[in-house]
Amino acid sequence: MTIKNVKDLNKIRKTSLATQKKHPKKVLVCCGTGCIANGALKIVDSVRDGLEKRNLKDVTVEILKETGCHGFCELGPLVIIEPQETFYTKVKPKHIEDILDKSFLDNEVIEPLLFTNPVDGSKITKYNDISFFKHQQRIALRNLGKISAHDMNEYIGVDGYQALAKVLFEMTPDEVIGEVTKSGLRGRGGGGFSAGRKWKICKDIKADKHYVICNGDEGDPGAFMDRSIMEGDPHGVLEGMMIAAYAIGAKEGYIYVRDEYPLAVKHLEKAILDCERTGLLGENILGSDFSFTIKIARGAGAFVCGESSALMKSVAGEVGEPRAKYVRSVVKGLYDEPTVLNNVETLVNVPTIIRKGADWYSSIGTKKSTGTQVFSLVGKVRNTGLIEVPMGITLREIIFDIGGGILDDRPFKAVQTGGPSGGCIPESMLDLPVDFDSLTEVGSMMGSGGLIVMDDKTCIVDIAKYFLEFLVEESCGKCTPCCEGLYQLLKIVERICAGKGVEADIEKMERLSENIMLGSLCGLGKSGPNPLMSTLKYFKDEYIAHIKDKKCPAGVCPELITYEILDNCTGCMACIPACGYDAIEGKKKEVHVITQDKCTKCGACYAVCNFDSILVS
Amino acid sequence: MKHNFDNLNLIFDKYPKTQESLIAVLQDIQKEYQYLPCEALEQTSEVLDVPLSKVFSVSTFYNSFSLTAKGDKVIKICTGTACHIRGAKLLQDQLENHLSIKAGETTEDMKFTLEVVACVGACAMAPVVVVGEKYHGSVKVSKVKKLVKAK
Ligand SMILES: Cc1cc2nc3c(=O)[nH]c(=O)nc-3n(C[C@H](O)[C@H](O)[C@H](O)COP(=O)(O)O)c2cc1C
Ligand code: FES
Repeated sequence: MTIKNVKDLNKIRKTSLATQKKHPKKVLVCCGTGCIANGALKIVDSVRDGLEKRNLKDVTVEILKETGCHGFCELGPLVIIEPQETFYTKVKPKHIEDILDKSFLDNEVIEPLLFTNPVDGSKITKYNDISFFKHQQRIALRNLGKISAHDMNEYIGVDGYQALAKVLFEMTPDEVIGEVTKSGLRGRGGGGFSAGRKWKICKDIKADKHYVICNGDEGDPGAFMDRSIMEGDPHGVLEGMMIAAYAIGAKEGYIYVRDEYPLAVKHLEKAILDCERTGLLGENILGSDFSFTIKIARGAGAFVCGESSALMKSVAGEVGEPRAKYVRSVVKGLYDEPTVLNNVETLVNVPTIIRKGADWYSSIGTKKSTGTQVFSLVGKVRNTGLIEVPMGITLREIIFDIGGGILDDRPFKAVQTGGPSGGCIPESMLDLPVDFDSLTEVGSMMGSGGLIVMDDKTCIVDIAKYFLEFLVEESCGKCTPCCEGLYQLLKIVERICAGKGVEADIEKMERLSENIMLGSLCGLGKSGPNPLMSTLKYFKDEYIAHIKDKKCPAGVCPELITYEILDNCTGCMACIPACGYDAIEGKKKEVHVITQDKCTKCGACYAVCNFDSILVS
Repeated sequence: MKHNFDNLNLIFDKYPKTQESLIAVLQDIQKEYQYLPCEALEQTSEVLDVPLSKVFSVSTFYNSFSLTAKGDKVIKICTGTACHIRGAKLLQDQLENHLSIKAGETTEDMKFTLEVVACVGACAMAPVVVVGEKYHGSVKVSKVKKLVKAK
């Protein structure tokens, strides 16, 4: 059916709502990348078969929902039974018969599949009672895990495209910009620039064409919120882009999606096609004067292409090298025309801001960082996954209340934020309220919202080396300070990890970092030394231990550690085949021995030993 | 290696014949042949009317493109931050050892190519290894050998 005007839109909304009401009982299967990896598609098939067996084939679409990511990927596949909100984890196809009979058709819960509270071992039935979800407030992730990711009608049923209708018929472009500016919405792609102000600058430039680009490149390793949003709520992203386009007077838009995200591309393609078929994209949208098209541009695996000027080159089919920024891309962007580039998460917030108003949005979060932020909470933390919380929440609340503390109850060491441009934050700062400015103040960055938790087994110098390796690999090579400077930093850190560092290295690194930050062309180099600088600032002791004592306190850097087998070895022989270097000898039920000349310190024996018999020192 | 290049036209037909289509076309070629054969690059240059030098510079700039043939099965080890912290290096070491190749190389029998990639967006299940199109999460050392066997 075509959607020619607001009346048509509301008709679909009404039908969708009526269907929901008629079928309150639902089986939601999470089909995010994480759950699919754990076998969610087989679960979907089993539920479909099960419904057919129970003569419910005709209403399968109404009952079975293949939703976007819930964020709790580690425990997938996840299945939720509505309306009870019963939350099942690690579901296997063999459980489906039981779930359908007892939980779906009847009101029972199936205990073994419930979430176990890691604190006291109790079972928790409802989704919203789990501490991982309880402390969250979902605006950007509002539809994830609630509706079928690829069903436009369902999106319309949850007030989808109402904000578009509102701006087209009740607001002038300036009013839209005013509202978004007033809401305080800041870019979630890293910089934290006011979205409204960016739109205003762009709109005020006279030009033949204006463009809107959605940045779905998500290059920060360890962050996956943009991926989940594009996969789980593609229409939310499109609606945000349409509103931005109306505000600045753009007729063409692009979504730049990372190459590693095939499912996101698939869902966005379907969403765009559905919009084109129904008329939500194209000429005279909803009968207004507004016309707009969206194309997908796939990235090709270059981190630097997340940077605005490089991204626009890449969209045009060129090599993605950034250019100097004396003319900003909002003024001269894609094909030298004024262009608004916003991050996925920034844009997906826009429809809700328009519907509920700027005052509502700015009442959430802190004064200068309004609203919520999506974090990917990963690393050595108990509950890993995607969370959305109000700005201003403390790191401690995030890691300990939502994340459930450190894995295996080990001591907390640091949390890394902001990806390769950010830094490591030590324990003394856990009570820091998280917002754009506070993180920058302590030498890190909000970045895209990756929070990587580290315990005492994570070597800080190794982490600095890791990020430098990443940046050296990804530096495009156009400017010398970044390309050569970062390489030299890496060589120094490698030397330190190998136990060949000298004390003067620290000062040398500081000086070099300063010059790289001053001299680099784009953000990659300008903020590249951040991970190193922040670790030097907060964890100097660990550098000193590597340099002076030739020790790696975390037991990571191969040149500075030895592996030994303790007397409590049971002689189970598990480590012998695990070692790829024939370095372990031993007979059954006899204490094994490591031949030190052969040992490469890869850690395989440590990983497979079940008796804590491997000593790393 | 001999290829049948008849399918190239199907790829070209999908896109407008401009430079803007270059990356998309190369991606489709890469998908079809698992790498960018020289002849395909020449045809791309001709059809899109983009100098061959430019096609070549784009092909070598982006990590997704490869100018050498890959094995039947591509194994990608995620070395993103979350996976790094949860032991990706050890998995890489084990796989390299097991297949007797380094990351970025292909086994002699052309069965496996080993690659590293910085984050595949499944960080909550770190460490992650992607074999072909299938994601494997929370991979343990003891599972490594099975991954290589997995069809
Ligand atoms: C090296 C580099 C990589 C970047 N990668 C991304 C990215 O992956 N995703 C993103 O949204 N922004 C990224 N940015 C920031 C963008 O340049 C740009 O500021 C942002 O997309 C603007 O959107 P926002 O105002 O909504 O945040 C990157 C910047 C630099 C310098
Ligand atoms: S860091 Fe490995 S999937 Fe993100």
